[in-house]
Amino acid sequence: MGALGFRAGDPVTVRATEVDHHHRTPWFVKGKSGKVRRVHGAFFNPESRAHGGDGLPKRRLCQVEFQQRDIWGARYRGNSDDVLLVDLFEHWLEPAKP
Amino acid sequence: MPAVHDRGGLPTDQPIDRSDHQWEDWEHVTNALVGVLRRRDLINVDELRRGIEAMAPDEYESSSYYERWSASIETLLVEKGVLTEAEIDAVAAKLDSEWGR
Repeated sequence: MGALGFRAGDPVTVRATEVDHHHRTPWFVKGKSGKVRRVHGAFFNPESRAHGGDGLPKRRLCQVEFQQRDIWGARYRGNSDDVLLVDLFEHWLEPAKP
Repeated sequence: MPAVHDRGGLPTDQPIDRSDHQWEDWEHVTNALVGVLRRRDLINVDELRRGIEAMAPDEYESSSYYERWSASIETLLVEKGVLTEAEIDAVAAKLDSEWGR
């Protein structure tokens, strides 16, 4: 598996890249790791369309499952097995280091 | 420090407001205007969001949902040369005068 082409079950880490342009990755998952639960399909890239582009190439959108405690750490007071699902574009993901 | 619109996960003690919004007429019109602009391929939803995110943080914080849409529409239509700031300001001044403000 290369940098793109994620599949359900793949462990991934969200890139923590600083960008100035419109993007759909929330700050609180940047740099965090989880696993792909589902791949929704390919969509026009909003980062391109937001700035007058044609949205190509399409990017695949992945539903990524995070453990709540991995995102919030000690601040999280819910159940230890609670998860958070976030839809993220594939180019914001990289394979998690084992 | 997340951008002003990037709200998820920021701590707050405020309870979640679950009441239904009662939209005013101008808010319905703003919603419809975005629909028309999108249908005519003058703007797209990603640009609308980008325009909202470009608002000055204090303006963003003090604006309601449709005020943000309205600000974004203004930014985009001026950027795309559909309207000028002068044209918008002239109509706003005229309305202020008609409405006695």
